[in-house]
Amino acid sequence: MSDVVINSVIIVGAMGLAAAIILFMVAQKFHVVEDPRIDQVEEELPAANCGGCGYPGCRAFAEALVKTDDISDLHCPVSDKDSMEKIAAILGKEMGEMKPLVAVVRCAGSPDKSPRTNIYDGTHSCTIISSLYTGETGCPYGCLGMGECVDACNFDAIHMNADTQLPEVTDDLCTACNACVVACPRDIIELRKKNKKDRKIFVSCINEDKGGVARKNCKVACIGCGKCVKVCPYEAITLENNLAYIDPDKCRLCRKCAPECPTNAILEINFPVKKKKEATAG
Amino acid sequence: MIKTFPKGGIHPPEDKFSAGSPIQELPLPKSVIIPVCQHLGSPSEPLVKKGDRVKTGQIIAKSSGFVSTNIHSSVTGKVEKVDKFTDSTGYRRLAVSINVEKDQWEDNIDTSNTLKKQINSKAEEIIKKILDAGIVGMGGATFPSHIKLSVPKGKKVEVLIINGVECEPCLTSDHRLMLEKGEEMMVGVRLMMTALGVNRAVIGIENNKPDAISNLKTIAKDYKTIEVQVLKVKYPQGAEKQLIKSITRREVPSGKLPIEVGAVVHNVETAYAVYEAVQKNKPLIERVVTVTGKNIAKPSNFMVRTGTPVAYLIEAAGGLPEDTGKIINGGPMMGKALNSLDVPVTKGTSGILVVPQSESLRRPALNCIRCAKCVSICPMGLEPYLLRAASEHKKWDIVEEERSMDCMECGSCSYVCPSAIPLLDYIRLGKSTVSKIIRSRKQ
Amino acid sequence: MDKLITVSPSPHYYGDTTVKKLMYGVVFALLPAFFVSVYFFGIGALIVTAISILSCLAFEYLIQKYLMKAEPSISDGSALVTGLLLAFNLPTNLPWWIIIIGALVAIGVGKMTFGGLGNNPFNPALVGRVFLFISFPVQMTSWPTPIASRLQYTDAVTGPTPLGIMEEGLSQQETAAQLMEQIPGYMELFLGSIRGSMGEISAIALIVGGIYMLIRKIITWHIPVSIILSVLAFTGILWLMNPYDNADPLFHLLSGGLMLGAIYMATDYVTSPMTIKGMWIFGIGIGVITVAIRVFGAYPEGVSFAILIMNAFVPLINKYVKPKGFGEEVRNG
Repeated sequence: MSDVVINSVIIVGAMGLAAAIILFMVAQKFHVVEDPRIDQVEEELPAANCGGCGYPGCRAFAEALVKTDDISDLHCPVSDKDSMEKIAAILGKEMGEMKPLVAVVRCAGSPDKSPRTNIYDGTHSCTIISSLYTGETGCPYGCLGMGECVDACNFDAIHMNADTQLPEVTDDLCTACNACVVACPRDIIELRKKNKKDRKIFVSCINEDKGGVARKNCKVACIGCGKCVKVCPYEAITLENNLAYIDPDKCRLCRKCAPECPTNAILEINFPVKKKKEATAG
Repeated sequence: MIKTFPKGGIHPPEDKFSAGSPIQELPLPKSVIIPVCQHLGSPSEPLVKKGDRVKTGQIIAKSSGFVSTNIHSSVTGKVEKVDKFTDSTGYRRLAVSINVEKDQWEDNIDTSNTLKKQINSKAEEIIKKILDAGIVGMGGATFPSHIKLSVPKGKKVEVLIINGVECEPCLTSDHRLMLEKGEEMMVGVRLMMTALGVNRAVIGIENNKPDAISNLKTIAKDYKTIEVQVLKVKYPQGAEKQLIKSITRREVPSGKLPIEVGAVVHNVETAYAVYEAVQKNKPLIERVVTVTGKNIAKPSNFMVRTGTPVAYLIEAAGGLPEDTGKIINGGPMMGKALNSLDVPVTKGTSGILVVPQSESLRRPALNCIRCAKCVSICPMGLEPYLLRAASEHKKWDIVEEERSMDCMECGSCSYVCPSAIPLLDYIRLGKSTVSKIIRSRKQ
Repeated sequence: MDKLITVSPSPHYYGDTTVKKLMYGVVFALLPAFFVSVYFFGIGALIVTAISILSCLAFEYLIQKYLMKAEPSISDGSALVTGLLLAFNLPTNLPWWIIIIGALVAIGVGKMTFGGLGNNPFNPALVGRVFLFISFPVQMTSWPTPIASRLQYTDAVTGPTPLGIMEEGLSQQETAAQLMEQIPGYMELFLGSIRGSMGEISAIALIVGGIYMLIRKIITWHIPVSIILSVLAFTGILWLMNPYDNADPLFHLLSGGLMLGAIYMATDYVTSPMTIKGMWIFGIGIGVITVAIRVFGAYPEGVSFAILIMNAFVPLINKYVKPKGFGEEVRNG
């Protein structure tokens, strides 16, 4: 009986020892020396791995932060200012200035505005539709409504509105990680400067067709008439390829342009209902 | 011996309703819309402006780069405008619209029907004339033909393969052309052989077209260097790589061109266009288009000028049936569904197929039961079920590793799937994403 | 046009093969073997089949509707196939409650826990059968005598199967030739007048169904042929080396569940490899393991275990055995 006990103790012990030696040797052989600051920086990052910074994940971004000398171009769109400052302190480098951004959907072609011209019968994917044809509406620029941006969002900040069949961004949840912008095959979503009280004013259309054609396909299309350009006191609006664009950096939210638009393509969001004549500084 | 390619393939219903109707000359429409990009490559540069008068066969847009070609007016009339028009995908692209007045051809074009067999041109002249005439691959790929006929340095062409397979169900334009314009086509093949400097050409035809086979075999007796090869009916035999495999037993390496194995493939209709261009000075402004469908009153084959609206063709074939569900530009396997009838016929339009409502919707997709039918029929030896799963879960590295870029989108996998899974949709999605990734990697 | 036209990506033609047609094709192919069983085993065969099919359908419906909260899809025929195959793998004198337990394990554990049709790694009918075999070894290994017990159900006259006689006899140091005398002849084995599981007895009926499935392109020949060839080869070698202690290859081929397993169970779409090469590996694996269990193992029969073991290797086979791509060899070489 005692033989059995002793034997098993010896055998198991020897096996354990052998395994330990092998593990130790392998760990020595394949040991990778890493800058310990990478781990420290990664601690501060949100671990969302959204890719909004342009790197494949938080770890890769942390490595980039440690390796690069000038980190003023590197931003984590999800982190707040405090944690970025902490990272800068760990690394002893200068942090760039952060501008809060928010995703904005630049299409208002709901079915009542932009009538459907055909029925799409295929896999629900914006990418597949846009490579096949113009989509269910006549507008070759508009939203395809299959919600690839919704799938791309890691923060539950963008949802399809069942009535308009358009995606809507919840500003508080949006981290401006850029995932939806990349996901949209039509480049409809844009990251714009976040203003006070989430106020926004933008041209909700990216149609570059001539006015008549654009109007035929969608009632709220920008027809490139240029009225908004003339009325803007800050030269924030440019007209290119039959399409007006409001530069978020120049715009001071004076709201003069919106009433001018004959197709109501310029949207004002989160402003008080009563119209003010004077400019409100953003 | 009847040959075919060994790997995969399917047998969809042939539905060649229009095989018995001879090619009819379609009267000119009131106006035509001629896109400046009817080929693969960079769009041509327009040479005309609003108000210009143009003659039939006059050049209206010129080649704008290496992979590009010329565009000619298909009618005589006044240029209405040079503007963006909706093309077959619904997107708006640059095109020239011309109001048709009459049909007066350019003076140097021989419009007679006399057969000109004598070949006087040298290789360079032939290639130049093909570029001048704006000839592109008319099987559907629309790759400029003069490039395919210029042999790159260091490569040697051993055989010219002429594609008369027409494996797409429903389409009959190539079939009718081989039957009715066989003599002209044969001269065209000779011209292409001169251009390439080869002394062997093989015309591949599937054995569901016995009349065309016997016609070409009779004509080929006069040409020692041209053979007619009968092939077993199997889709997608008309695909370039599969056809080369069927005829020469050689496999074009993945990601390479047919010239790697000493072969060049051209469509029968391209051969006819080459004959017209070189022997008759006639640019590519018309082609045979099949208009067909289960409920079409008169399934027909029309000789159509480029720029003619699709609606005009359907009208000529007896009008659009009541229960139309889908209109397809091309055949049912690889053709693209149209969302408007106002789009013009281009150099690559081989057929217009009208599908009834009852057959135009897909069955709802079920779970994959891993029956392996898609794997066994894939002519490229891929695993569609795996590509679909990887693409659905956005595993782009697997999509790339599993050679998705070899897929030629023949649609056989979607066709056979008993669960009605749209495999090809997902493979396309994977392909487009992977090619984006590959491009960004190169930068 | 007042109605909107449809736009969809190509292809626009679809084949008329559906999951339903494939499944009912399998059911149809199993009918000859079923009729043979009814002829030999009478009411027992009818009762076992009815209970097995009904309980499989019921469990599939209930689990899909109330546990998975999904639209029940029992009409696709896959549960019917599972029920029928489970019945085919049971002796015809099995008490009804054991059959229901088997059906619950087959559908519930073998199929639904993995997400339903298409996601199960193991053949559900075999999961049920092996579970019963291990849990109720006595009931699962009492085999009614054909014809004699046509009018009896659980009270049927029973005895050992040919494979059982062989296994038992060889372990008693008798020679294979002596044992063959106690066993029904090859013709009985071929036609099915032997003791055994309900559906496995008649090789000819199973082969007829298999040929039907081949013609209808429901299965390919690779898996059945590779299993049969490997069994023939392996048992042939053993027999040539030592004909006294080993039964001949033909006996192995016709006895037990080999035909049923090779033609109907191993070819189950979901649990078999995707490529031709993979199917050969899979089939040879089943053949070798079957013979190993029969000749060297404690059980007289090993087809079920062999198929389940090879099922477990299928994901691995699919991962490493790839079809040869068009133009690929040239690229590598």
